[in-house]
Amino acid sequence: MGIGIAPAPATPAREGLIINDFAIVVATANGTGSQTANLAILRALFKMGIPVNGKNIFPSNIQGLPTWYHIRLSADGYTGRRHTSEVLVAFNQATLVQDVQTLPAGGICLTNADWRSVPQRDDITTYAIPVNEFIRDSGMKGKLKDYLANMVYVGALAHLLDIPLERLDEALSFLFKGKRRTVDSNMAVVRAAYEWAAANLSRDAGPSAHPYRVAPMDATDGLIMMTGNEAAALGAVFGGVTFAAWYPITPSTSVIDALNGYLEQLRRDPQTGEATYAVVQAEDELAAIGMIVGAGFAGARAMTATSGPGISLMAEYVGLAYFAEVPAVIWDIQRVGPSTGLPTRTSQGDVLFTYYLGHGDTKNVILLPASLAECFEYGYRAFDLADTLQTPVFVLSDLDLGMNNWMSPPFDYPAEPLRRGKVLTAEDVAERGFARYKDIDGDGITYRTLPGNPHPRAAYFGRGTGHNDAAVYSERPEDWESNMLRLARKFDTARGLVPGPVVEDVAGAEVGIIAYGTTEPAIREARDRLAAAGIPTSFLRLRALPINDEVAAFVARHERIYVVELNRDGQLHTILLSELPALATRLVALAHLDGMPLTARWVVEARGPPHPLAQRAGAPSPAGTLSRARGR
Amino acid sequence: MTEMTPARGARVNAIGLAQADYKGLPSTLCQGCGHNSIANQIVQVAYELNVRPHEMLKLSGIGCSSKSPAYFLGQSFGFNTLHGRMPSLATGALIANHAMRAIAVSGDGDTASIGLGQFKHLLRRNVRMVYVVENNGVYGLTKGQFSATADEGQELKYAGTNDFPPIDICMEAILAGCGFVARSFSGDAAQVRELMKAALSHRGTAVLDIISPCVAFNNDDSSTKSYSYGKEHEIPLHGIGFVPKEAEIEVEAYDPGEMRVVEMHDGSLIKLRKLETDYDPTDRLGAMHRLQWAQAQREFITGLVYYDDSRPSLAEASRMVDAPLASLGEGQVRPGREVLAELMSGLM
Repeated sequence: MGIGIAPAPATPAREGLIINDFAIVVATANGTGSQTANLAILRALFKMGIPVNGKNIFPSNIQGLPTWYHIRLSADGYTGRRHTSEVLVAFNQATLVQDVQTLPAGGICLTNADWRSVPQRDDITTYAIPVNEFIRDSGMKGKLKDYLANMVYVGALAHLLDIPLERLDEALSFLFKGKRRTVDSNMAVVRAAYEWAAANLSRDAGPSAHPYRVAPMDATDGLIMMTGNEAAALGAVFGGVTFAAWYPITPSTSVIDALNGYLEQLRRDPQTGEATYAVVQAEDELAAIGMIVGAGFAGARAMTATSGPGISLMAEYVGLAYFAEVPAVIWDIQRVGPSTGLPTRTSQGDVLFTYYLGHGDTKNVILLPASLAECFEYGYRAFDLADTLQTPVFVLSDLDLGMNNWMSPPFDYPAEPLRRGKVLTAEDVAERGFARYKDIDGDGITYRTLPGNPHPRAAYFGRGTGHNDAAVYSERPEDWESNMLRLARKFDTARGLVPGPVVEDVAGAEVGIIAYGTTEPAIREARDRLAAAGIPTSFLRLRALPINDEVAAFVARHERIYVVELNRDGQLHTILLSELPALATRLVALAHLDGMPLTARWVVEARGPPHPLAQRAGAPSPAGTLSRARGR
Repeated sequence: MTEMTPARGARVNAIGLAQADYKGLPSTLCQGCGHNSIANQIVQVAYELNVRPHEMLKLSGIGCSSKSPAYFLGQSFGFNTLHGRMPSLATGALIANHAMRAIAVSGDGDTASIGLGQFKHLLRRNVRMVYVVENNGVYGLTKGQFSATADEGQELKYAGTNDFPPIDICMEAILAGCGFVARSFSGDAAQVRELMKAALSHRGTAVLDIISPCVAFNNDDSSTKSYSYGKEHEIPLHGIGFVPKEAEIEVEAYDPGEMRVVEMHDGSLIKLRKLETDYDPTDRLGAMHRLQWAQAQREFITGLVYYDDSRPSLAEASRMVDAPLASLGEGQVRPGREVLAELMSGLM
């Protein structure tokens, strides 16, 4: 079964030129400085007005292991990963053979003329570039030589694909923050390679002719480009973050790097040097979250950023913060687990763990950003939610969104003032009294005071032990039960406060797709392809947990729902089964597991595992609905 | 603001609070537990130093010791956190509100076993707080296992013989960069009080390792953490007197040959009356040497073991605005529309 149609051939026979609709993969060794070269190409294409997305498929290593940078150009605006890339820059001798094999027929390959044993394929075009000559001519030594080799492929690609040198100059100037001398020395190599290629490699005729070209468009006018982690940090700054504690871990470190940069720029008085924030690098993730729970208890807007292994360590404090009801914001930039797993590959594998993180009965609020704009928005909304609900709020981004460069419309300024939740001043306490855990409003959210409140009855003793309404230690069964039921009531209140799903109902669609986060671009593309093949699909993109009634209604409106996600066990699928037991037979997990970002092709061809519940319930097999379209 | 009204006729301190205003809930610890005595001294010290309860934070981990913040300063905010993890919560709370002072109470299990890492990193960061270890060498709540500060070769009914050397909390504190390291004995109320007062004036983290015998599980005379052993083997390095900053002008004349006066960062004075000749609490190597000597002799030295106020506290090093971070309003923490617009155009 699966939402399948016959896959389109990877490389359809192409007549004439293929413009702005192909993918480039640059294979290099880690630590050789290729990132600047790749980002320069990406940015030059972006400033040509062509929709692009760059994905760095990199190793967990400082130097030497292979790394691949994927750039997809799509005139139609698709930003999901492409299954194949037609243009290969094979600049890593160690992976040369494997890299050349991945090229589809008709593809082109740039490689180093001095390397022997370049695999010969007669269905591709290979360009051997005298890289070593350029390096020799430049007079550079040591590490700089490797670095310059990267600028050689930039120049050669510029000629082969038709990227104007001015755009590359501008891109390098952006990346080097306007340092003209650095830009010039890089551009000298780019230009030399460009000129050599122009003189020696004819694109349009002869054995070096090929169809791949770029051409200016206006599809990116007014858009910004940055990484999700940078957008998250910026959102936190506009959410009034005052404290962050963290421990370095891939792929979340750049959240804090960006946060430090923005805070230094925007929240430190240039005259006095005094800051309206503090950032502490903790000794581990457990200490990091302990610090933000302490800061949240004291009334600061506090956050941490981490990844799966860090979440494992944080379990203790998340449970305490849930139970003692302390606001905290935890960004989890997901990578592949279990254990150390694949530290530099992307995943949606922490959904179940974070949702229930904490022993005993614990349920946590989770936000699920799918774009730069949502990283920015949740950057500040997470604080509003944590303060309003007095609970830890997780934001589950992932490596693909967090570390790669994406396009986005400029971010909207927050529409509402900071929401600080139910906090009592000394005057409030004098007027109405204070019992920390008394549910006065019936929404499960109680009132709190902050340390420093001078009213003699304002103080309370925060604790992870059983307590009554007045926060006094209690082992009474009725106190325990009523407190836990109130926490459940608060979680139900959260359903109406978190961002609701984005729903796209398509008339006549029997099939619906539920997904979240960075699978969205590939699913959007896949749905277009399915629709073109006569299979309309509706789509619900979940933006937060817990779910609300809109999700149940969406599932009820469709015969079959595929829950697409990047993990093995279908983690959101599992949560939906427990939240929507009456609709469970409609839900099928489509889980993508290999650590790579989702592709439209995978979605179109995917075959979910036979669903035991569906079989037991005698429900029609999903294949029954869709196999006709696959021409079975 | 509501005024606090002390019980009629009660003696009050300079801010109008009676000693009873500094009390907490009745203790649920064992009768005769050294921890109760320490809680009582904290009440007395807070009263004498005119501590404003809302400016004091009480913090603890998990264990017998960590229950005790409920038994003092009932009008102060507190947090009974996780086993061995109180230092991190303290760090965050005291950065979020650096105007607060804090007394943290931990135990030997909480500090020297499960919490050794967070303890040492707290000291490295020099978070301004008093960190009391109520040290009895045994796990009481779980009925008598050895802790990491138990003596090597010690025997306990439940746990048998301890084969491993003790972790010395004062030595660990000095190695981690702590600038106020003191040891005392819960049976010596006057010394505990004076050290507590001095600790509250310290610029950064002040560690008070207080041997506090467990009456239920570790009060055998052979244990160095028993009451009788403590009484017999305590070697005070000096008598200690603390003079708060406000009382500065009333410092009595002293004889330099018998008394050493150490001025603290906030202007308070610690007067050390010499019992041992030439003990210098500002000599780091000397302090380590003295502690190791005492451990080898199965003696324990009491008093201010090491003092150095040259390192800034974490809050000082963080270069924050004067107002506590937690008190900052939207205008101070959310940049304006034009800032976002400018950033966006820079990313196009």
